[in-house]
Amino acid sequence: MPVMQIIFIIVSAVTLVSAIMVVTDRNLFHAALWMMLSFLGVAGLYILLENGFMAATQLLVYIGAISILVIFAIMMTRRLMSTTESPYNSQWPWGGLAALLLLGLLASVITQFDSLVPGVGRTAPETESAIQSMVTDLGVAFTASDQYVLVFELASVLLLVALVGSIIVARPDIDPEEDNS
Amino acid sequence: MIPLSWYLIVAAALFCIGMYGILARRNAVAMLMAVELTLNAVNINLIAFWRYTDPSSSAGVAWAIFVFTVAAAEAAVGLALIISIYRQRESVIAEELDILKY
Repeated sequence: MPVMQIIFIIVSAVTLVSAIMVVTDRNLFHAALWMMLSFLGVAGLYILLENGFMAATQLLVYIGAISILVIFAIMMTRRLMSTTESPYNSQWPWGGLAALLLLGLLASVITQFDSLVPGVGRTAPETESAIQSMVTDLGVAFTASDQYVLVFELASVLLLVALVGSIIVARPDIDPEEDNS
Repeated sequence: MIPLSWYLIVAAALFCIGMYGILARRNAVAMLMAVELTLNAVNINLIAFWRYTDPSSSAGVAWAIFVFTVAAAEAAVGLALIISIYRQRESVIAEELDILKY
């Protein structure tokens, strides 16, 4: 078995096992740490797909920002982090059944992938230069008027709205009379 | 070389684990963490198809970046809502948050 495939299996095993720990660990704080490990595994998969830019973005956005945000939220709601009561609701067997059925369906389709879409997916195209100029191409694509400039601007507006909105929502209620004085 | 279907299987498994977390967890923060896992699974699919079909096009990476953006916005707003709810109800258990029912 080639070395790349062994690395792939190790990285995916880390990703999936820590993802399972995220949804099963009773201690929410531990679940958040497992989530960081799972994100790290996904970053490893991006590196295996020869996309270092996405791996770096994954590290910055997910491990750097979103995980810290989640850990802050867990600490602020800490009193409910009891490890004695069940972390699952009453419908968890049905949820597990639905997830397993979906996984079976997806897996049965994916295993026939090579016969369904012949020519794609055996080997990746060898385009060293395309991958090396990927970040440049991405920057051009985000600013060229015939590509993604509108979606890019929409994304920046979305981030601004989310920033303002989350500050407004999370702000404690201020007494209006006290506010006027 | 790793076949594309291996990546798809891993992404499908990650998505199903995340879906189970959304359906089965009681704590709203834990549900939000499971949502992040499903978004990661979608991103793996986008990047894998980008790599195995047309690496010279930037479409796959561009959309993965937009998924990042939406995930960050969703995490910020979702956690702000959870903190606001916690202030009012002293609870982040999803099944106790039922004011909209009455």
